[in-house]
Amino acid sequence: MMIKGLKNIGNYFIMMKKVMSRPEKYSVFLKQLKLEIGKIGLDSIGIVIIISFFIGAVVTIQQSINLENPLLPKYLIGLVSRDALILEFAPTMIGLILAGKIGSSIASEIGMMKVTEQIDALEIMGINSASFLILPKIIAAMFFFPILIILSITIGIIGGWLGGLSMDIPTADFVYGLQYQFIPFYVTYSLIKTVVFAFLITSISAFYGYTTKGGAINVGKSSTLAVVYSSILLLIFNFILTDLILS
Amino acid sequence: MIKVENIRKEFGDNLVLNDVSFSFEKRKTNLIIGESGSGKTTLLKLLIGLHTLDSGNIIYDGRVFNEMKLKQKRLIRQEIGMLFQGGALFDYMSVEENIMFPLTMFTEQSEEEKLDRVNFCLQRVNLENTNTLLPSELSGGMLKRVAIARAISMNPKYLLCDEPNSGLDPKTAIVIDNLIQEITEEFDMTTIVNTHDMNSVMQIGENIVFIHKGVIWWEGNKEELIHTNNKELNDFVFASELFKRLKNK
Repeated sequence: MMIKGLKNIGNYFIMMKKVMSRPEKYSVFLKQLKLEIGKIGLDSIGIVIIISFFIGAVVTIQQSINLENPLLPKYLIGLVSRDALILEFAPTMIGLILAGKIGSSIASEIGMMKVTEQIDALEIMGINSASFLILPKIIAAMFFFPILIILSITIGIIGGWLGGLSMDIPTADFVYGLQYQFIPFYVTYSLIKTVVFAFLITSISAFYGYTTKGGAINVGKSSTLAVVYSSILLLIFNFILTDLILS
Repeated sequence: MIKVENIRKEFGDNLVLNDVSFSFEKRKTNLIIGESGSGKTTLLKLLIGLHTLDSGNIIYDGRVFNEMKLKQKRLIRQEIGMLFQGGALFDYMSVEENIMFPLTMFTEQSEEEKLDRVNFCLQRVNLENTNTLLPSELSGGMLKRVAIARAISMNPKYLLCDEPNSGLDPKTAIVIDNLIQEITEEFDMTTIVNTHDMNSVMQIGENIVFIHKGVIWWEGNKEELIHTNNKELNDFVFASELFKRLKNK
């Protein structure tokens, strides 16, 4: 088990060395990148909006119940919801959702290409298959995930405002809370985390897809492993980054 | 010409190929035959560098492939057209995009020139006007023919085919066999076909190598094969009742 784990880590770095090489042809690379931005980024907007809206609303409702005290000003609900969304819910929760959606999609796509010899075909043509297939996915995710997180925070706050209205929190108090003692660095921290998560999700999922052997059952297994390991590593790196950046 | 010299390959304790030497000749359809698990797919994968040799040499027209660095190997691979068992067409690309792909990657041709080449290759495999179809819309025989068209799009010096007839009906299989033989002569290529389809052997076997127990057990052409007394080869080639009867006639 331990040896297998170490072997996997070694193979991951060997694959990443292949991935991080200069694209064969920039025009083809840019075409692939555009395609991946569409698949990884644009196609995820819908799910991000839905999840963020409801999380924002639920967080605000919960805070308004927890902070129901005549001594506590109502604007605190806006403040707490804002910080919760920026610091944790948007980057981590959306990261985990995207690990499931994008991670499984990447692992199964590359895994299927592997078992149907499409990756061998690329290699035979003289193309660095790892770089050709994986690099555009990593760059697309690192570029687009921060946009998704900004969107998530915005939609989450709108959801929070509507959730607040349902709990009789005046809009003026909620907006004042959103602005009160706002620390812009929290957004930077959130975006740093997001970029790291994007790299982890895409590279780990691609690794499991790229090392798939056998047939359709193994593609399914790779897809599951990709989601499990990218989620675990996302949580571990969330802890490490929070400790390093905020403390 | 592709030469293999004293090649040896082991997977763990399993010795798959032992001291194999052979020359695959230019303008000929060279066949590798053998039972499942005899090492013929391993030999093909060694030839293109998908497996690494334990010892020996693979020489492409005087160039020692196994001593090259990955970047040099990639240059040699650009001279190789490969037909995979399942076709290995990129399923998110149309027929036209599949054939055009190597041209886009490795040439500076204009879109018009590339399209001309694609249409020529499609015409050569008798699949005109299929440009916009996706691989999922093609039959097994059409898939193989598109894969051949992609393999020849870069005018390769070498054509390697892994079980080109697997999953095809006998009539379509003969079409594919004849196509491989025709383009080998037409494009002056060194072609290697990995097969256990005896119809193919009889149809296009100009230079045949029989691998048995990891070694070259027999070599010759299709006429010599019919009259051979080699027991293992006879057991393999004339395994079916039909072929036994033909042999006895």
